[in-house]
Amino acid sequence: MKATNLIALAAAGIVAAATGAQARDQVAVAGSSTVLPYASIVAEAFGENFDFPTPVVESGGSSAGLKKFCEGVGEATIDIANASRAIREKEIKACAENGVTEIIEVRIGYDGIVFASQTDGPAFTAFTPDQWYHALAAKQIVDGELVDNPNMKWSDVDPSLPDVEIAAFIPGTKHGTREVFEEKVILAGCEESGAMAKMTGDLGMSEDDAEDACMEVRADGKSVDIDGDYTETLSRIDANSNGIGVFGLAFYENNTDKLKVATMSGVVPSTESISTGEYPVSRPLFFYVKKAHIGVVPGLKEFASFFVSDAVAGPSGPLAQYGLVADPELADTQAAIAAEDVMN
Amino acid sequence: MTDAAMPPAAAAGPSRKPKKSLHVLDDNTRRRNGAERRFRILGGCAVGTGVLALVVLLISILSAGLPSFQQTFLKAEIYLDPAVLDPSGERDPEAISKILTFSYSPMIKGSLTALAEELEAQGAENLTPKMLADMVSGAANAKLRDYVIANPDEIGKTVEFEFLTNARIDQYLKGKVTRESAALDSRVDVAQLNAADELVASGAMEKRFNWDFITAPDASENRPEAAGLGVALLGSLYMMLIVLCLALPIGVAASIYLEEFARKNFLTDVIEVNISNLAAVPSIVFGILGLAIFINMMHLPNSAPIVGGLVLTLMTLPTIIIATRASLKAVPPSIRDAALGVGASKMQAVFHHVLPLAAPGILTGTILGLAQALGETAPLLLIGMVAFVRDYPDAPPGGLFEPATGLPVQVYNFTQRADPAFVERASGAIIVLLVFLVIMNLVAIILRRRFERRW
Repeated sequence: MKATNLIALAAAGIVAAATGAQARDQVAVAGSSTVLPYASIVAEAFGENFDFPTPVVESGGSSAGLKKFCEGVGEATIDIANASRAIREKEIKACAENGVTEIIEVRIGYDGIVFASQTDGPAFTAFTPDQWYHALAAKQIVDGELVDNPNMKWSDVDPSLPDVEIAAFIPGTKHGTREVFEEKVILAGCEESGAMAKMTGDLGMSEDDAEDACMEVRADGKSVDIDGDYTETLSRIDANSNGIGVFGLAFYENNTDKLKVATMSGVVPSTESISTGEYPVSRPLFFYVKKAHIGVVPGLKEFASFFVSDAVAGPSGPLAQYGLVADPELADTQAAIAAEDVMN
Repeated sequence: MTDAAMPPAAAAGPSRKPKKSLHVLDDNTRRRNGAERRFRILGGCAVGTGVLALVVLLISILSAGLPSFQQTFLKAEIYLDPAVLDPSGERDPEAISKILTFSYSPMIKGSLTALAEELEAQGAENLTPKMLADMVSGAANAKLRDYVIANPDEIGKTVEFEFLTNARIDQYLKGKVTRESAALDSRVDVAQLNAADELVASGAMEKRFNWDFITAPDASENRPEAAGLGVALLGSLYMMLIVLCLALPIGVAASIYLEEFARKNFLTDVIEVNISNLAAVPSIVFGILGLAIFINMMHLPNSAPIVGGLVLTLMTLPTIIIATRASLKAVPPSIRDAALGVGASKMQAVFHHVLPLAAPGILTGTILGLAQALGETAPLLLIGMVAFVRDYPDAPPGGLFEPATGLPVQVYNFTQRADPAFVERASGAIIVLLVFLVIMNLVAIILRRRFERRW
């Protein structure tokens, strides 16, 4: 029976050890899957260069990360939330209710959203937001009336586009990227084409209703929501030569041998055109730091300032090499972290 | 097939009297033989489909994953420039460690300039020193820095190092990157491929077996070539230890009690139904449970093997209980009766006689339960084990509370990454996982064959 006793002893040991929680000595990060690659690159370099342990970076999406972030203060909660969008009022409130009142907002740079298709596929080389609105919106104005989108082929939208079925693979609603896509492409196209003005004018809709009607994406199978990562979008494009997908610039730059990118309103997406603001579809990336944890979790402030240091987030740093568009106002962000400026 | 079971009275009736010799098949027999033949063919097809699916799976995984066990290395001489590494000249370890890895990149580039010119002269057209330096993995900086901090006296000397090459060059030597794809690829230049050919010819660059894939921790997206499974393997090992130490004693104790001591009444029936039910509950449910109880209520740390182990224990318990009860049931009652007959107490009868005879079955069930737990991903998603973790956890028990990942979640992790080189590593991780599963199942079969008793 010796073996059984030994196992029982070990089991008792584990249970006993489980009751006493341990102090955390590494920074815990969670959130956006768009920011994840950048955060892991910085975490790796941070672990290599400093005596602090390498931070642990979890994925899961901006909303999930911020929710975890707002669960409270203490070692069981995370220190940093990554987000591919700014924190919402609702989330700040939820944070405050749980005692997370002091939040430092850090903008790490910008990310472009690009439209890409198979290299050997049809010639999707130039788009405008207007075309995307007409291809993907659920309702269109035909003869002064709002009807289901009649466009089946890209050439129906615009004769200059290839004569192939519309097959768009766009990020699912749980992604922060979807929000940017709807606002900066679909809604912009709706306004550009004058459809928005018609809705509020001739059709007598309120501004909010018109916006919602503009941004509603068709659900008849021409547009497919991808809830997974860009790798899933890529494999869908691989399988469908007429498919066109929405990607992050960094992902595209890592896969230029398989994807060809289209211009938006005549501008080629690149780190340069995004940093100058010429390329229209881009968004800032953030992370949020819990000020109450600075000084409690070793290395937290050092990690935050290392993240936005010139050597890391600057135009020639490893983040830019991966595809981040460096923030021209990086110096302000560095100063804000040094002073531990919290959001209002 | 009712014909075969025809009652003898009917068969012996005058109308069914065999008119021909037994050597000639009558219609009835022919029909029955035909049915059997068709069943055999269908059965063969069924097995064939299964085997075919397995073969296709294995071939695709092996062909995609085996190259990940090999990696390309480049030998290069690096001048450890004192002006960069130790501007004060005092060889003060503190000052040297203040020089960050980023400062090492220009030094590597500088040291490779001569080599780049030489290669360009040999036929690698348009090769710049920067291109050559870019062929070296980003992990090289950290390797150099660690070396310099450990050997400050070497500053100012030229030292030969062996670095990983970047993933694109590695993929080129493995045939996945071609000149056509490189021409389109913004991450690699055809000149670099030419240089790689020259370096391979001169012996400075070679592809060989890479233990680091198994032992090294994960790496970030900029350096897929350095990513390994070390932390994931350790995390999986810790979780399996916890499952073994908790699920085996609890499961065996529960089944002995239920099988040998508990009275058969409504309550035990309810428990029995619930155990069978639990065995069929989707594993993600255990993850939700683990998140609610172990992390939110007991405040155990996120991403820690202890939580993963506890969740997997809950998941494995029903499997172990069912297997143990079955093997306890298989021990004939005569053994118990004999033990009780010579005066053993009930407990002595169970522990001295029944349990040892049931042990092979229990072990087999346990190992199969462990194998199932090893491959489980869904519950780990919820308790934060799908994370980027680079520090190895300490030895148990302390290490059980430190962040780690597991093999299956590492596979999931690799498949999410942008760089195509991670596809190969995901398949490599699957191979490692499969090897462990095959070993565990083999052990289970061997145990069963060697110790199995028949009555």
